[in-house]
Amino acid sequence: MSAPLLAVSDVHISYGKVEAVRSVSLDVSANQIVTIIGANGAGKTTLLNAIMGILPLKGRVTFGGEDMTSFDIEDRVAAGLSLVPEHRELFGTMNVEDNLQLGAFRIAKATAAQSFERVYTLFPRLKERRKQLAGTLSGGEQQMLAMGRALMGAPKLLMLDEPSLGLAPIIVSDIFRTVGELRAAGVSVLLVEQNAQAALKIADHAYVMELGEFVLDGPAAEIATNQQVVASYLGFQHA
Amino acid sequence: MNTTILLFLVQDGITNGAIYALLGLALVLVFAVTRVILIPQGEFVTYGALTYATLSAGQVPGTAQLAAVMGIVAFGLDLYLARKSLHAKRILRAFAVNIAFPFAILALTYALAGRHNTIPVNTALSLLIVAAIGLFLYRIAFQPIAHTSVLVLLIASVGCHLAMQGFGLVFFGAEGLRGPAVSNAALTIGPLSFSGQSLAVYGITVAFIVGLWLFFDYTLYGKALRATAVNRLGARLVGIRTSLSGQLAFLLASLIGAISGILIVPITTLYYDTGFLIGLKGFIAAIIGGLISYPITAVAALGVGLVEAFSSFYASNFKEVIVFTLIIPVLVLRSLAAPEVEEEQD
Repeated sequence: MSAPLLAVSDVHISYGKVEAVRSVSLDVSANQIVTIIGANGAGKTTLLNAIMGILPLKGRVTFGGEDMTSFDIEDRVAAGLSLVPEHRELFGTMNVEDNLQLGAFRIAKATAAQSFERVYTLFPRLKERRKQLAGTLSGGEQQMLAMGRALMGAPKLLMLDEPSLGLAPIIVSDIFRTVGELRAAGVSVLLVEQNAQAALKIADHAYVMELGEFVLDGPAAEIATNQQVVASYLGFQHA
Repeated sequence: MNTTILLFLVQDGITNGAIYALLGLALVLVFAVTRVILIPQGEFVTYGALTYATLSAGQVPGTAQLAAVMGIVAFGLDLYLARKSLHAKRILRAFAVNIAFPFAILALTYALAGRHNTIPVNTALSLLIVAAIGLFLYRIAFQPIAHTSVLVLLIASVGCHLAMQGFGLVFFGAEGLRGPAVSNAALTIGPLSFSGQSLAVYGITVAFIVGLWLFFDYTLYGKALRATAVNRLGARLVGIRTSLSGQLAFLLASLIGAISGILIVPITTLYYDTGFLIGLKGFIAAIIGGLISYPITAVAALGVGLVEAFSSFYASNFKEVIVFTLIIPVLVLRSLAAPEVEEEQD
């Protein structure tokens, strides 16, 4: 296997004296969907935020072979890393089109035009609502907009934090289908999910996080049949 | 009171109100983008006005040198911040903005001072000088503490105001200055006579408001500024640097301040500390607009101007008292209407 696109090695993240993430290492290769599953409070969101540079971490993060441990958020974005955070962080008083346009803030105008087309093809709903204020969209549409805005910058790796949280099942399946399409389009995805079943179905590789540590990792198909995981995260539905 | 006096007071109030509107809009802009309550806004007015007056008198204003010195400090800060990854491109950019830009202005000032420049040349030069000071003020005083609380930023803001006022005294002396009018034309409609200068105040205020509206609604950088104001983390996640937004906001605020100063210095004599009071009146308008609403701020500014004009007619000793008392009922109402909000932390 070639060198991974994203390599996180021996990362520790603390809130003051409390260590929220301990000695975590993870790789994401090109054209791969990797998922981190685990219970609420396991440290999944903390880890994603630290990889993006929102939180400080101890350890090393390399992306595309470049050490970006000391990079600002903005430099990580420029390098091709993008995060769709749990709270989406949209520009609520601006319309859909402006939100998307700002997603392409770092890239050339000509490329931005292509990005618009690509995002509108992935999410036709956004095109219908392009003049509507982001704050007035439904939860599902806001999630699509958050993903669309991140994709406007043509990232190499998209990190999704709980994209299915609080959404109707039909929209969740829509969003997961889109994640699958992204891989086909050459975007790698690092997916953090509580909905372990859906995440394991589309992922290539999975990590299981408990209390700030990875307790298990392997090909998603194997993790999905692991007795311990089935008991803890998948419940009866899978059995 | 007869109609003539009434109309005269209204006209006076609107002229002043237009200036307060410009300053109020700048305050709202800066607060929305950077959370800084820009006390030195008044100093931008003074610097703009007195720089223009000094240039018109054929002398080199100290503000040009101040801009150059601030540029050197800003360059030092940029280099220190980038010490871990010193790319040639980054250094070159910092050099262009922090050294080449203010020194080019300084050279231009020396080259042009003493000649009989036209009013547009002096105006443009004054705007450049004050814009550079505004840009570097953010870089030096606010960018390093951009992540701290509103209170810390406010204290820094007060410090900047005091320092800049002190420098104002050094550069321009304790004597007041006046500058040449943009236009000496006069227009009479019925009982009203408009001076060319007050027409210029109206025209430029309206043009600036329209310009700002176009900038915020139709340009990528304008939208990026709005985005930073709406959601700082969201803006950073799409790659908009908070430092860039902050510098842009300060650049606009200093330009607006300087334009206001240049517009009023032919009408009233300005001293090194006059700007503070003018800025505070813009601030009242901004507070009435809750530091977020541009339209309410603009309307409130006209109200402040009118109240000031009428109170100077009826009770001129209490003019300032009456104007500043306006803020009390507004604050009471706002604190009753708005629920307690915890401050957002970065």
